[in-house]
Amino acid sequence: MSISVSGINKRFGDFVALDNVSLEVPTGRLTALLGPSGGGKSTLLRIIAGLEFPDTGSVEIEGVQATWLPPQKRSVGFVFQHYAAFKHMTVFKNVAFGLEIRRKPRAEIRQRVMELLELVHLEQFADRLPSQLSGGQRQRMALARALAVQPEVLLLDEPFGALDAQVRKELRDWLRNLHDEMNVTTIFVTHDQEEALEVSDEIVVINGGRIEQVGAPADLYDRPANDFVMKFLGPVTTLDGQLVRPHDIELLAAPGQEAIEATVTRLTRVGFEVRAELRTSKGGSEPWVQLTRIQAQELDLEPGRSVWLRTTHAPKTLAVS
Amino acid sequence: MAPGRRRSGSPLVRWVLRIIAVGYVLGLVALPVGTVVQHTFENGLEPVLESLRNPDFQAAARLGVFVAVISVLINTVFGIGISILIVRYRFPGRRLLNAIIDLPVSISPIVVGIALIFVYGTNGWFGPALNSMGIQIIFATPALVLATVIVALPLVVREVIPVLEEAGTEQDQAAQSLGANGFQRFVRITLPTIRWALAYGVVLSLARSLGEFGAVRVVSGSVAGVSQTPTLFVNDAYQEFGAQAEQDAFTAAFLLMCVAVLFIVVIALLRPKEQNQ
Amino acid sequence: MATAPEIPAPPRRRPRPVSSGRLSAASGLGLGVGMLWLSLIVLLPIASIVVVALQSGFGPFREAVTDSEALDTIKLSVGAAVLVTVINAVLGTLVAWVLVRDSFPGKRIVEVIIDIPFALPTIVAGLVLISLYGPQSPFGIDLVGTRRGIFVALLFVTLPFVVRSVQPVLIDMERDVEEAAASLGASGFTIFRRIVLPTIAPAMLAGSALAFARALGEFGSVILISANLIGKTEVSSAYMLKLIEQNDTTGAAAVATLLLVVAVIVLVLLDSLQRLAARRD
Repeated sequence: MSISVSGINKRFGDFVALDNVSLEVPTGRLTALLGPSGGGKSTLLRIIAGLEFPDTGSVEIEGVQATWLPPQKRSVGFVFQHYAAFKHMTVFKNVAFGLEIRRKPRAEIRQRVMELLELVHLEQFADRLPSQLSGGQRQRMALARALAVQPEVLLLDEPFGALDAQVRKELRDWLRNLHDEMNVTTIFVTHDQEEALEVSDEIVVINGGRIEQVGAPADLYDRPANDFVMKFLGPVTTLDGQLVRPHDIELLAAPGQEAIEATVTRLTRVGFEVRAELRTSKGGSEPWVQLTRIQAQELDLEPGRSVWLRTTHAPKTLAVS
Repeated sequence: MAPGRRRSGSPLVRWVLRIIAVGYVLGLVALPVGTVVQHTFENGLEPVLESLRNPDFQAAARLGVFVAVISVLINTVFGIGISILIVRYRFPGRRLLNAIIDLPVSISPIVVGIALIFVYGTNGWFGPALNSMGIQIIFATPALVLATVIVALPLVVREVIPVLEEAGTEQDQAAQSLGANGFQRFVRITLPTIRWALAYGVVLSLARSLGEFGAVRVVSGSVAGVSQTPTLFVNDAYQEFGAQAEQDAFTAAFLLMCVAVLFIVVIALLRPKEQNQ
Repeated sequence: MATAPEIPAPPRRRPRPVSSGRLSAASGLGLGVGMLWLSLIVLLPIASIVVVALQSGFGPFREAVTDSEALDTIKLSVGAAVLVTVINAVLGTLVAWVLVRDSFPGKRIVEVIIDIPFALPTIVAGLVLISLYGPQSPFGIDLVGTRRGIFVALLFVTLPFVVRSVQPVLIDMERDVEEAAASLGASGFTIFRRIVLPTIAPAMLAGSALAFARALGEFGSVILISANLIGKTEVSSAYMLKLIEQNDTTGAAAVATLLLVVAVIVLVLLDSLQRLAARRD
């Protein structure tokens, strides 16, 4: 077990940021802390890094009791949302910082920094200042800087939050590949469920200072522990008083077993998918359904037409165990 | 400013405004300054050199530089410390501390001098005790330093605080997570971050310290060769009768003016660097 | 994994994160040293002024500040400071406007000249002014021993305050607001009064406050040209100096206290005006 957090409580004034949080993160995994902003995920990350200290509870890193260690005594690399680049130092100097603090021989520093810059594809920018780099490049530099000291744990706080959509997507794939290559235990904070689902081995959903659920991305998507997790991880709609994913509703042209009759009220095409808004005849609930274009054509959908609905999966929410 | 963005106001109004503004500045400042230069050199270079050889002037210059350098050192060290406290920490009395720093620019330098006499003078609050320990403050160099430190107090702080605020604490935290201790973070992160603002504040303080007159006038006693600073020298020489005395005053004033202009130019050169960061 | 981690008790001195803003032992010590230093060089001396002024009771204090010479100097200093502040608030704003919105050859030189009164030692400023407006004036204007001489000196030393506080605000001002007003049919003057002035008003007031405080206590630049004529051109700071040199500590402290009170009232007044103006946008 790489990181073991137990019984953490943390308040800021009257605000309860973390409420009795315990978490085990296995070595070598890429874990996402996912949740809405203000939910406590960044606070938990900062407590693991030693940038905040808990009111009660303990943090162990690779078996070492670390709760009250200052950040410089933990073997932890930290990457900030806004890069926290040392503005007055070149890219090379930024990456070399931790090694210089550790008084490594100059030749060793040079070799290690150049290796890392190559790894993050910044070798030709070694002599530039951070202000001369794009946001994505700065974040890669920050990552190289954190990795330079060979931390046992790498922590990233909304690492792609300040970047635009295209760069975000690229860096996401790149982070996944980097992790597979280096195998450093990594925790990253995000409020973007797509990012968490795509990149991580394991997702920890945090809301209101509590852990809602921990599990592999597919498990969480398919078997959410509660409504919150279900809503947070993907699109939902209500059918017959049940929360359902809109792509898990089947549309039939004729009455079928356990199917509910409904009328199409509106059709919207969004890229490759078609969204059908419906009103059920009984109960008058208004679910919406995601279909492919072909499905919509085969059903010959148009507003006013009657269809029959049924869910293709068993009800999705599990009782919280 | 891009020329295309210029206001399309009438050219007449623009010219009138321009002439008033430039005329006011030139008439109020440039013209008198030019007259001093003319006055200083109206009898050629020889009287000026004669003034420079005056031992009282040389002693005043040495004392002035000494007092200014010590005061700037003190104000730099405390200025950095107080700026960090005000920006990075929340404590009761923080706003008060912030206000106290600005106080010396809002009160008369004469009041500063008088206050120092009340506290550190022979009959002042601490004067007798300090005297019995053999320490004299008023009418001696320590009073000059104290007075100078007070009047230049806010200059470093007011330059450094905005830069520290803008920089935030993230770089510090990043350095901490990379293993840097407090001292290493101060030397490697904080100091380089504030270096231009600090340089700017130091130059401003140096100018103010070299040029202080009122407060120093009260606490110095102005004994030529002992406690006379360059500004006091200008005053005393001007009050004396005789052509050479007046020449001495103008020569010293001219030199102080050159130093002031030099400082302004240095500041003008530093400013863009600060903004580039 | 199964071993429940032993929950450690917090250490006696808890570590403080950099971001917490709470004082650690080291920064607490720093605060202590800083406050002690400020007390010794600022708070204690200022307190001493008030204490000395009132230590022999209120009678001597009232006597000292109602002395006719004292009253004359105070009226002169306050009056001159008000007048000079108003003039430089207007002309300083105009200068700032021209420097930001206009461009002409030599603008950078004007920029440097504006800073000269800041950097020039006050006694040198006094000498500078007396050489232009003194007995040897190249234009034959002799202002020595007149109140006009004092005004000119105070205008000189307070010129940069309003210019330098208004300038950055004008630079940052969004031009499109003015353009929007113009597109709605507002004339140049209306735009200035309704759009620009409210925006720069807080900076104008802040600069004016500094200028007023400076003018009220000014000594070095005034002392030569005023010739210090009792009842005519003697300013308060010169009067206080005279009293302290005559060992009249109570008198000097009383006048100083009165000046402090006037300065505080004006600064508070301008500060609240500034807040009021700032709230409007």
